[in-house]
Amino acid sequence: MNEIGKILLFMVSCVLTNNYIFSRFLGCCPFLGVSNKVETAAGMGVAVTFVMAIASLFTKLLYDLVLVPLSLEYLNTISFIIVIASLVQLVEMFIKKTSPSLYRALGIYLPLITTNCAVLGVTILNINSGYNLFYSILNGTFGALGFLLAIVLMAGVRERLETSKVPQCLKGFSGSLIIAGLMAVAFMGFSGLGK
Amino acid sequence: MPKKEKSLSSVFMNGIIAENPTLRLVLGTCPTLATTTSAINAVGMGAAATFVLVGSNVVISLLRNIIPDKVRIPAFIAVICTFVTMVQMFMQAFVPSLYESLGMFIPLIVVNCIILARAEAFASKNGVAASAADGLGMGCGFTLAITVIAIIREILGNGTVFGLNVFGAGYEPMLLMILAPGGFLVFGGVLAVTNLITARAEAKKKDEKGVIHA
Amino acid sequence: MKLYLSTAPHIRSGANTQVLMRDVLIALLPTTVAGIYYFGLSAAMVIAISIFSCVLFEYLWQRITKQPVRISDLSAAVTGLILGLNLPSTAPWWMPVIGALFAIVITKQLFGGIGDNFLNPALLARAVLLASWPARMTGATAYAVPTCWSGADAVTSATPLAGYEASTMDLFLGNIPGSIGEVCKVAILIGLVYLLVRKVISWRIPVTFLAVFALLSALVGQNALNELLMGGVLFGAVFMATDYTTSPMNPRGQFIYAALCGVLVCVIRNFGAYPEGVTYAILIGNIVTPLIDKYDKPRLYGRLKKEKKEVTANA
Repeated sequence: MNEIGKILLFMVSCVLTNNYIFSRFLGCCPFLGVSNKVETAAGMGVAVTFVMAIASLFTKLLYDLVLVPLSLEYLNTISFIIVIASLVQLVEMFIKKTSPSLYRALGIYLPLITTNCAVLGVTILNINSGYNLFYSILNGTFGALGFLLAIVLMAGVRERLETSKVPQCLKGFSGSLIIAGLMAVAFMGFSGLGK
Repeated sequence: MPKKEKSLSSVFMNGIIAENPTLRLVLGTCPTLATTTSAINAVGMGAAATFVLVGSNVVISLLRNIIPDKVRIPAFIAVICTFVTMVQMFMQAFVPSLYESLGMFIPLIVVNCIILARAEAFASKNGVAASAADGLGMGCGFTLAITVIAIIREILGNGTVFGLNVFGAGYEPMLLMILAPGGFLVFGGVLAVTNLITARAEAKKKDEKGVIHA
Repeated sequence: MKLYLSTAPHIRSGANTQVLMRDVLIALLPTTVAGIYYFGLSAAMVIAISIFSCVLFEYLWQRITKQPVRISDLSAAVTGLILGLNLPSTAPWWMPVIGALFAIVITKQLFGGIGDNFLNPALLARAVLLASWPARMTGATAYAVPTCWSGADAVTSATPLAGYEASTMDLFLGNIPGSIGEVCKVAILIGLVYLLVRKVISWRIPVTFLAVFALLSALVGQNALNELLMGGVLFGAVFMATDYTTSPMNPRGQFIYAALCGVLVCVIRNFGAYPEGVTYAILIGNIVTPLIDKYDKPRLYGRLKKEKKEVTANA
């Protein structure tokens, strides 16, 4: 029971308290770039979730089974990015096959998951925080679900504001950043949850 | 090969003003948001990124005729990774406290879109000297922009600039500004002001042109 | 009259807005009077500065951006009053001013003004102040113990949520430390009745909000009645969660939204870092609202489909 409670709290903190966007600033490029429509945002979020979960698994194994025994820990960044790039390639092929419309909608952002710092970030974070394999995967999966939640909520707000009279200088990234800032204020309410 | 060789200084200035990576191209948002909690962090981050930019731009420019087109992105990333690992080790050894406070955003320079974008858009098509100038310009532009954001955040959120007290004891700092939401709000605000200035400048240019034509 | 309930765009027309906002001001009157009665002149000052700066910022923004000045629709005054009621009576003068800046300029006008803000302006301002100056906004150093004009010096204390001992009757009447507007539950209930009778708001959001919250509080082992009477949950459910522009349009969506708010208040109060979670709960509800509205429009979807079919039939 105690262990299950701990795991549940860890999940909650990954999604809400330490949200990748609103408190860790990881993955902001796609968050700002692909959040103008809810459906596209959700697709992007799901793709990122998939990559982050699998990447957590593989990089942790790679680190523990290869890099540490050979004492090549300093190569973690470069080896992790290779793992992530191959995974993204796989996801891209998979989406192209199964949902051409989603593939078109995600456009250039799909290969860009490689350079989504949330993905590399989560793998480095797993190592730095000393999570075991199970917690690494949890961190990857639920951290990514937090990203999914953030990007979908953001897209909802942006769709709603599409027709409003926003001043010219706030159209585009600047306005999105302010929206994100206001949302981050609200997300501060979750601080302390899951500790 | 190099068609219209621009002067090195104009390549350098391009990164600071016309194509400022942070304020005009809006690349590399994550480090901009994360490392601007204090001016010193921003300068440290900017210096690290500038070093990687210049290094990777030079090496990629040297190798631009050797790297096969198909594997160029992985090759670029490998080059960038090498420089990032160098910076990482260097900072760990010589400025451990700064390294500590920048945390994982140093290894994450690898996936900073500015660096890959310059490799792809500039270094792979231009000579070594121009690429170095471009890297330096982009790096300085990035550093300047994030330092400005950091100074605003540090003044409001902590009452200091580079750790020096500016307001005296009576000032109660607005904590929010050095917390996560402050990053988004200040970056958004600075970006909005930049947009406003650019729009004004363009309108003015148009006006002048109109006058000449008339 | 029912039209007011269903659609947010109605709020854009000046005359309706003014009538509505006047009703909200009237409904807030008992709460305001009670707050000033309990906390004295300082409370009146906080409220006055708050209203004045909200109206001033709205006026200045509309002048600077060369829009018609519409402060007479009273919406800025309502935001100012609600913001003032959300502050502790000990707040220094600059706090309502900064709060008004965030409420009126950053939350409301930057996104297009009245009807276009996606967050409740007064709440966002409160959250900003809370994050920036926590010691001045909550806790034992911020909240004055009511003096009821007795002439006694103001003493600050923790709120009942953080351990202040108070009887249920004191909680109900408002003889407790807290934000100016949240303490007196009788006054809030009078305001609620007025809003319901005037059909300014429907019962759905406040009742669902409070019911879900009370139920959940009981489930996690708290005294549900006391939980309802402590902190700002009643004030939030009646005056802030019901804001038209930031809550869902359709009944089903309103139930979902209000239930979400209720759950979040209970979760933050019992498991979070803050003793009170009403502000954040409603803000999160506001953020989810566009999604609720998007997926809770069955009729509109049907019509769109039909139109498409007609087009293809014509072609």
